[in-house]
Amino acid sequence: MPFIVCTQHLREVGPSHKELFSGRTVREVLHNAAERYPRLSGYVLDDQGSVRKHVAIFINGELQDRRTVLDRAVEESEEIYILQALSGG
Amino acid sequence: MSERILLATRKGLLDFRKSGDQWSNTRTSFAGQPVSAVLRDPVKGLLYAALNLGHFGVKLHRSNDEGASWEEITCPTYAGVAGEEKPNLQLIWIMERDQQGNLWAGTIPGGLFKSADDGNSWQLNENLWNQPSRKEWFGGGYDAAGIHSICIDPRADGKMALAISCGGVWLSDDYGATWRVSTKGMIADYMPPDQADNPTTQDPHRLVQCHSDPDHFWVQHHNGIFYSSDRCSNWQRIHAQPSSFGFAVAVHPENPQQAWFVPGIKDEKRFPADGRLVVTHTQDAGGTFVSQVNGLPEQESFDLIYRHALEIDNSGKKLAMASTTGNLWISENGGEQWQCVSNYLPPVYAVRFV
Repeated sequence: MPFIVCTQHLREVGPSHKELFSGRTVREVLHNAAERYPRLSGYVLDDQGSVRKHVAIFINGELQDRRTVLDRAVEESEEIYILQALSGG
Repeated sequence: MSERILLATRKGLLDFRKSGDQWSNTRTSFAGQPVSAVLRDPVKGLLYAALNLGHFGVKLHRSNDEGASWEEITCPTYAGVAGEEKPNLQLIWIMERDQQGNLWAGTIPGGLFKSADDGNSWQLNENLWNQPSRKEWFGGGYDAAGIHSICIDPRADGKMALAISCGGVWLSDDYGATWRVSTKGMIADYMPPDQADNPTTQDPHRLVQCHSDPDHFWVQHHNGIFYSSDRCSNWQRIHAQPSSFGFAVAVHPENPQQAWFVPGIKDEKRFPADGRLVVTHTQDAGGTFVSQVNGLPEQESFDLIYRHALEIDNSGKKLAMASTTGNLWISENGGEQWQCVSNYLPPVYAVRFV
């Protein structure tokens, strides 16, 4: 199963250390993570179910396009890293 | 008189209380997080705080122990809203409670939401959202239009009034089942001349209603001060010195002819007129104004008072005012004398007597 790990900013609503969740795509993994972390999706996704404009998702260390990442297939032991997009100085 | 003020600030929710002659912050909730609006339900003793977390969106929290602990509750959402817009909630700008215990939330991008179950669920007011003229609304300081003022008529007869930047003043006689825009007399100088009186592009910065004489309303508008004594049917433009521009307005709860404003320089500057922070006060429905200065800075000031950051309590004597520069002032005598309570707060979005 793939892992999810979140930035420390999200430690109250998502896993701040690697945790395993089932799912074939990022969307499914996030959906399944909601059983343990019901607030997480509201922090990552907007009203319309898209990745929030200032949230960045990396998979195995590679930044993903926020417009397509939810449908990306994820393999066993891949790591989904969720953090805020940096802005400002 | 109220002895407690909640401050929604850029860096948290501050709970100021008076002990003896001293006001002080007794609790900071959501430290470091922007709080855009706050409401206390006086019947159930529940507090509501709306956050704008930037990266992670708008959140809503509720407390049943006066702020000692909070739980995150359901936010108003635009999910499932019909049409091509696919809007997102950008800000909860104001929350109010009606006499039946319903909560109302005014938001950017222009949706009015109602909750009948203490914020556990919210419904978009589709009657307002589906107004054809909504296409003409536009943002005033934000990317999209927003509802920042919700006046629930104290007669508890279904009457409501809203103000939208930039979308005019709207009235309902049936708790939101139907709406009509009502801005006759308002002028928008920022519009092309032949559209200056277009009702749905007016920019009322703040709308307030006199509690004891509820057909009387005041608006601090982008292009001046407007007063109505006939429940918004007609608006009279008022000119004040040193400026009629500003964001905030407070009306006396018993005497509709008394109102307070904080004049600024409009558009590109947005700081006090002449660099001097004053409060302007009228006692004759805008016929004359007096500048209140006692206790306010004598030196040059850059304080801006946002639209929700000037409030009057139920007694009509106590005023609170806080600024973008992190200053908080309180007056116990209708503004004749102001006391600076703090100079070191975060930028303040809203003050609320509770």
